[in-house]
Amino acid sequence: MSYIRKPVAHHSNLPVNALGLTERDYEGGMSTLCAGCGHDSITAALIQACWGLDIEPHKVAKMSGIGCSSKTPAYFLREAHGINAVHGRMPSIATGANAANRNLYYIGVSGDGDSLSIGFGQFAHAIRRNVNMLYLIENNGVYGLTKGQFSASADVGSRSKGGDINEQPPIDPVLTAISLGCTFVARGFSGDKEQLVPLIKAGLQHRGFAMIDVISPCVAFNNHEGSTKSYAHTRQFYHPAIHTDFIEPRAEIRAEYERGKTMPIELHDGSTIVLRKVDVDHDPTNRAAAIGYLERHREAEEIVTGLLYVEEEGRDLHAINRTATDSLVEARVHGNQQAVLEEVQTQYR
Amino acid sequence: MKPTDTYHPDYFHKVVDCQWACPAHTDVPGYIRLIAQERYTDAYMLNRESNVFPGILGRVCDRPCEPACRRGRVDEQKPVAICRLKRVTYDYKDDISARLPNIPEEKNGKRIACVGAGCASLTVANDLMPLGYQVTIFEKLDVTGGLIRSNIPRFRLPPEVLDEEFDNILDMGVDLRLNTPVTSMQALLDEGYDAVFVGSGAPRGKDLRCAGRDEAGATGRVHVGIDWLGSVAFGHTESIGKRVLIIGAGNTAMDCCRTSLRLGARDVKVVARKPRDQLKASPWELEDALEEDVDLITCHSPKAFVVEDGALKGMTFEVLEYFEEDGRQKRRVLDEVFMPADDVVLAIGQENAFPWIERDIGIEFDEHDVPVVSRTTYQSTLPGVFFGGDAAFGPENIIWAVRHGHEAAISIHKHVHGENVADRLPNAVDVHTSKMGLHEWGYSNQYDPHERRAVPHVDVQQRFKGIDIEVELGFREDDWRVEVERCLNCDIQTIFFAEKCIECDACMDICPTQCLTIIPIDDEEPEESVRQRLRVPAQNPDQAVFVSAKLPQTRRHMVKDEDQCIHCGLCAERCPTAAWDMKHAQIFVPTVEDEEAAAQQRQESA
Ligand SMILES: Cc1cc2nc3c(=O)[nH]c(=O)nc-3n(C[C@H](O)[C@H](O)[C@H](O)COP(=O)(O)OP(=O)(O)OC[C@H]3O[C@@H](n4cnc5c(N)ncnc54)[C@H](O)[C@@H]3O)c2cc1C
Ligand SMILES: Cc1ncc(C[n+]2csc(CCOP(=O)(O)OP(=O)(O)O)c2C)c(N)n1
Ligand code: SF4
Ligand code: SF4
Ligand code: SF4
Ligand code: SF4
Ligand SMILES: [Mg+2]
Repeated sequence: MSYIRKPVAHHSNLPVNALGLTERDYEGGMSTLCAGCGHDSITAALIQACWGLDIEPHKVAKMSGIGCSSKTPAYFLREAHGINAVHGRMPSIATGANAANRNLYYIGVSGDGDSLSIGFGQFAHAIRRNVNMLYLIENNGVYGLTKGQFSASADVGSRSKGGDINEQPPIDPVLTAISLGCTFVARGFSGDKEQLVPLIKAGLQHRGFAMIDVISPCVAFNNHEGSTKSYAHTRQFYHPAIHTDFIEPRAEIRAEYERGKTMPIELHDGSTIVLRKVDVDHDPTNRAAAIGYLERHREAEEIVTGLLYVEEEGRDLHAINRTATDSLVEARVHGNQQAVLEEVQTQYR
Repeated sequence: MKPTDTYHPDYFHKVVDCQWACPAHTDVPGYIRLIAQERYTDAYMLNRESNVFPGILGRVCDRPCEPACRRGRVDEQKPVAICRLKRVTYDYKDDISARLPNIPEEKNGKRIACVGAGCASLTVANDLMPLGYQVTIFEKLDVTGGLIRSNIPRFRLPPEVLDEEFDNILDMGVDLRLNTPVTSMQALLDEGYDAVFVGSGAPRGKDLRCAGRDEAGATGRVHVGIDWLGSVAFGHTESIGKRVLIIGAGNTAMDCCRTSLRLGARDVKVVARKPRDQLKASPWELEDALEEDVDLITCHSPKAFVVEDGALKGMTFEVLEYFEEDGRQKRRVLDEVFMPADDVVLAIGQENAFPWIERDIGIEFDEHDVPVVSRTTYQSTLPGVFFGGDAAFGPENIIWAVRHGHEAAISIHKHVHGENVADRLPNAVDVHTSKMGLHEWGYSNQYDPHERRAVPHVDVQQRFKGIDIEVELGFREDDWRVEVERCLNCDIQTIFFAEKCIECDACMDICPTQCLTIIPIDDEEPEESVRQRLRVPAQNPDQAVFVSAKLPQTRRHMVKDEDQCIHCGLCAERCPTAAWDMKHAQIFVPTVEDEEAAAQQRQESA
């Protein structure tokens, strides 16, 4: 953490987006995380992605639980809405918020502890309900905030700072999410924004639950030799399976993509993601194939990254439940406010 | 692009934009910090080391540092008020006599002659007297100061300031001969001085040749600006007509128009040939003149003087329009107008004149009849004869004259000791950390968003009550306390240790001005291409781009665009491995004393 505030001065040639805002306008408060924490870099990637998508900050709701990772919503989009929920309970609160107001972008930021230990059940059910939100797990293999105990994502054989060796098998959020029917599953790395920013953009535009597991080294408790979530280890075993380019609606898809190796997928808002395969044996639209591919690479101890599974046709929470599209606000405008309210309330009596 | 050599003495120097732009390389951030610590005398002495005349320059310096100042690039073109803060050091200092250099009783036996008692010669004396030289200054007038006294009006520079700072040097025991014009260089050389320094200025004001000039001249109402200002300064001229035309729009014109207003003129027009954005006057001088209700008329070219019955009536001008054609500026005449005037003052430039230097004694002159002088040694083609100030390369300003004086002093010292004058010590940098704690630095790194403070002026009604009422009052404490915090401390440099970097991006993410980027770079990739690939492309070619050695984990490079770095130190605060540090880079510009020390060291080791 730093004592001074980030200066208001900014680069005099800073580009502006369609809203006339600079990246600096998407920042939040000064981070109080440890200097060098991967989470801060993910915060920066979120800022870049929201700026790049011309999202109005007040059209965003930031949801989080407890943990260093869960603190980060304070550090971006200072004008957005947000809830800091009880440990592991963010998914249910996000579900409720999304049920009440579907017109916001929901960005859930969680940790490996928050999602894979105490909040595992909540995590699974938000996927199952296909809540339309971006869900980031800032995965460092430890409980950073409580000083570095192994989390459920710690690999077998990984050594803690105090010298303990983890012997319990890890929960892989990517494989878990795919098997639970998640419609957008990706893995990134806080140290590779070139890959992460387009993934975040695509996740934000995806309709349904978009889960990105982001390897995010804890510099304080899990960046030493023997750790399998350190910067050095992640880079050594890093295996990008697929490049994701995010292309905004109406922007022309550049011709230079090699046929066969690339796969354009149109998102519901008209934007396109172009997947460029690095590994030709990976098919990100085939669930069984994706699971097989991940299993093979897990055995080779490789950290496979990229958009690993995507299904754009899935139905989200509102589609499944056939919720009314009229909001009470609209009802008021149309004059039958009282009647609508009565109707809604009788449902719950 | 290859990794940057930050050990090159110019690399960090260039980052300190003000110090790099200052001809005398004044340690601006250094003195601003001293003011902030209320160490005014130290701040004054630090200035004096490089620019010799902080009180004078704190009022009237041409201040090339300010347009260069980094703060102006990130803060809407509003640089730190560097010059005004220099005046604060003068206004608040204590008695400095004990801190002036000791002058040895025993002289070194070398006699130096200086021609002219302007700031250039005085700087030479200032540098040489402490080494035991005997310096004689020949001055044609009965006063010292050169154009500073005769041409810079008292409402901009009170003579007491000039006297104080000149006396500090003259009191070192300079042999000053007033009323002693040098009329023959040959004769001067014959007197056997070990070296001669010519600091006689550029004393000739340019005339305007056009129709009616001679008749108008005969009326006595056409004045050459610099001569006229001189006669005002020395009390020979005490009034001027009601309607005055000033021809030209440089700084001399600004002094002429403002002086006219103080001598009784009511309607003063400054007439320029060029459009507003191409005028030579410094923006602040123009601003001050306009504040006094002078009319500025641009795009008017003088055509003829109009004289009737032996009396000056005014002048006619061609009205011009400028346009661009084939990428070049062209102009056409739209109209012709007459402007009435009682007096006309010509302020269209100055030139050197050396009627007293024989042309056959080995001092070469070029085709414009200007002496051939080296830009590094200030030596003419006759060894032992040096030039500086306006005499060297035509009219410049005080701070350049000071720089020339320093350099010429080094040359003189080398010359009289039989050393090669071209063989000079290089500049040097000394770098040491400013880290004092986890998030504590030896400078105030918080960016202060305050706007540039304005210096209070004497009320417009009051200031015309006398010719010598100083208009600028100097910063009040409330203001300079803010202004010092606006300085970004550009001499506290970001120093990078590539081998420590774990590529966590923390520095890049925190940097408020997006100066940092980590990218792969090929050795062969040209700088221009690297500049385009940065997070915000580096568009300012005057500012360096730093490229680190290869980073350990990915073999990429840390790249920093120096252009917009505000030296906030956040990159260093956020770096988990201290791969960035904030270090004070102190720039050493060798003085004649350093040359002397180096020579002694050479002797000892030989
Ligand atoms: C109207 C006006 C306003 C200016 N305002 C500014 C300003 O605001 N800021 C700034 O930085 N600069 C200003 N300048 C420029 C500045 O005054 C000069 O650049 C500076 O004074 C040059 O110093 P110097 O020592 O080279 O010469 P000078 O100051 O010209 O001194 C030369 C001296 O040599 C003497 N001399 C000449 N010939 C002989 C001889 N043969 N024998 C003996 N003595 C001789 C002269 O009498 C004179 O005293 C201004 C100039 C003018 C004309
Ligand atoms: C109900 C409850 N149980 C336990 C805790 C203690 N606790 C705080 S943060 C945390 C783990 C956070 O780990 P993770 O989500 O991985 O976040 P990180 O700090 O690693 O980013 C725990 C167990 C708590 N705050 N609340
Ligand atoms: S403890 Fe770890 S996770 Fe928490 S802020 Fe520090 S580095 Fe980040
Ligand atoms: S900000 Fe300060 S140190 Fe930097 S250029 Fe301006 S005056 Fe000089
Ligand atoms: S000191 Fe560091 S963080 Fe601050 S502006 Fe310069 S490069 Fe950026
Ligand atoms: S903060 Fe330090 S370790 Fe991280 S990228 Fe910057 S220099 Fe490297
Ligand atoms: Mg964790």
